[in-house]
Amino acid sequence: MSIRIGDPSFETRVQEGIENEFMLESVSSAQGRFRNRKEAASDELGNWEEWRALGEEIRSHTLENIDYYLEQLSDNVAKRGGHVYFAETAEEANAYIQNIVKKKEAKKIVKSKSMVTEEIGLNKAIEEAGAEVVETDLGEWILQLDGDVPSHIVTPALHLNRDQIKDTFTEKRGYDKSNTPEELGLFARKELRKDFLAADIGITGCNFAVAESGAVTFVTNEGNARLATSLPDTQITVMGLERIVPTWEELDVLVSLLTRAAVGQKLTSYITGITGTRLAGEVDGPEEFHLVIVDNGRSKILGTEFQSALHCIRCAACINVCPVYRHVGGHAYGSIYPGPIGAVLTPLLDGYENHKELPHASTLCAACTEACPVKIPLHEHLIRHREIMVENGIAPTGEKLAMNGFVKWSTHPAAYQLSAKLARTALKPWTKNDTIANGPGPLKDWTAQRDFPAPGRQTFRSWFKEREKGGEK
Amino acid sequence: MMNIDNRNHFLNNLARNLGRSRRTKNVERPKWSLSPQWDVYKDYTQDELVDVLEEQCKAIHTNFKRTNFADLASVLTETIKGHEGEKIIASNDPRNEEYGLSEVYDTWKDEQIDVRLWDLEKGKENQVFAEQADIGITFSEITLAESGTVTLFNDENNGRTISLLPRVHVVVIPKSTIVPRMTQATKQIHEANERGEDVASCVSFISGPSNSADIEMNLIVGVHGPVEATYIVVDDK
Repeated sequence: MSIRIGDPSFETRVQEGIENEFMLESVSSAQGRFRNRKEAASDELGNWEEWRALGEEIRSHTLENIDYYLEQLSDNVAKRGGHVYFAETAEEANAYIQNIVKKKEAKKIVKSKSMVTEEIGLNKAIEEAGAEVVETDLGEWILQLDGDVPSHIVTPALHLNRDQIKDTFTEKRGYDKSNTPEELGLFARKELRKDFLAADIGITGCNFAVAESGAVTFVTNEGNARLATSLPDTQITVMGLERIVPTWEELDVLVSLLTRAAVGQKLTSYITGITGTRLAGEVDGPEEFHLVIVDNGRSKILGTEFQSALHCIRCAACINVCPVYRHVGGHAYGSIYPGPIGAVLTPLLDGYENHKELPHASTLCAACTEACPVKIPLHEHLIRHREIMVENGIAPTGEKLAMNGFVKWSTHPAAYQLSAKLARTALKPWTKNDTIANGPGPLKDWTAQRDFPAPGRQTFRSWFKEREKGGEK
Repeated sequence: MMNIDNRNHFLNNLARNLGRSRRTKNVERPKWSLSPQWDVYKDYTQDELVDVLEEQCKAIHTNFKRTNFADLASVLTETIKGHEGEKIIASNDPRNEEYGLSEVYDTWKDEQIDVRLWDLEKGKENQVFAEQADIGITFSEITLAESGTVTLFNDENNGRTISLLPRVHVVVIPKSTIVPRMTQATKQIHEANERGEDVASCVSFISGPSNSADIEMNLIVGVHGPVEATYIVVDDK
């Protein structure tokens, strides 16, 4: 797999998403639960905005000095007996890892969940090198057995229900028990324990590396990353170049933001910091440790107006609040990075050409920006993507005209105000009880699936103005 | 350096994209403008922090017990019986003597309980035993009240898998190890690093048993790591 997933046609993917009722129900209930937990966890702190501001400050400083911190990190990893390989492309990273697999004559490799290894298509490369690779995160294992791809960056099998999972286990592994999550989980524990004990190499991603001491850290709940770094004699950790903090003190802040924003936990069950190889006398841990630091398009984002997209800590809070994700699901984005951050990041990493629709897969409601624990202005980045695409004539066909209009319209306050007012009058013929069930022209695709609210009597701007004057409604 | 490949080309490219020359020294970590992490449970007494920890244990599906020094032996024995522990692996911690655990372990042996300390002489045998063990017993180094987290610095006498492979993890928490949150623990690690001390090859922050929400977002307690956890807070001598 690489960053691109699913049918090449955006419309086909969206249609598949819209028609998958179980998936949509599951996504919408998951979004609700994620959001409630996150809100409870951040409310409890009382000063969430201060935390976010601090998170943003730390991420900005680190990315501004990323060459310095990566040098410090690699020096410290080497001091503790590790090898560090700087890979500029996915191909370089995969070739380096293939080489280790061959040198170790590895037969079985256990892997804990990692988005960057999905991004570079590592599993395929390992299989080409002649080894079996087992995904050990419960969700990822389900997908691997099923030949499926992730639809969410925190809970990758969000789109599957317990019956589908039970069927997969039965078909692929001779499972003969019930569909309760507990029994399914217990079965996975038993099956995967055998893999852990037999594995030659453990491969992990990395949530944050700590520059000052050379540690790589994992934020997990299941314990599979701990097993993958305790039992096999060789460990390979793959990280995107931006996944680093200066010291353990910043690790505290970013991990606290991550676990709250991602799942509403104060901390996950396991925060594990591994430094280099096991020391003399130690039994657990690898005798050989490799850290692969991956660029794969990230450096092109540095120094541009999109630099803050690299601040992302992969919590999925933006995904969990996004109304578009709710209505189409993760696979519709055609990228392993779905949702608002995916729509910002994917075109930057993989070019506009294959992802023309992504910056349009947003309502620009700004819920994502508000949810982001490190304050990435996601919806503003999406607008800039749209503008750049229009400027360069790469907007999706059919959208070009509208977008040319949209940019002019949305960037000129007078025009925006006028058309927002006009919209209500213009759409009157299709309006019944304040909703539009059968819209004209561009609204058709939308109203074929659901009703569109009729433009309000009062525009948001005029409401806001009045509210500011004290006339709150 | 021998063990670092392709660094200069890679980092020079980053510096170039940032529109400046490469920074290899003199980058000061700024004094951050805010520090909300230090406000959490600020000025709480040790006993208040114990209460916070106890409350959080409910959220993380962890059994909580509190005892004084004199009763630790009986509370621990009752705990392992409650978990039906027949094979037990414990860290080879200097505090085993200090807290009277060595004696407790001897009494268990008399009752045909197979209790073993992590033994660096025995190499991989430790792992094999831990994998079959019902219970792993460790001491917390730093305990985070807010999140119900114990911190382990794993080394040759305190293997990573003691808290990972057995079905149950039992942790002895000296009351004095309890701090408000992760902030105090990472500060300690940072300061030790500044003093030139090597950080442990594995620092484990552990909050209760393992779990997953990967199937329909339903919580499953007990996935790859322990299925159950018990914390025993013991008042200091």
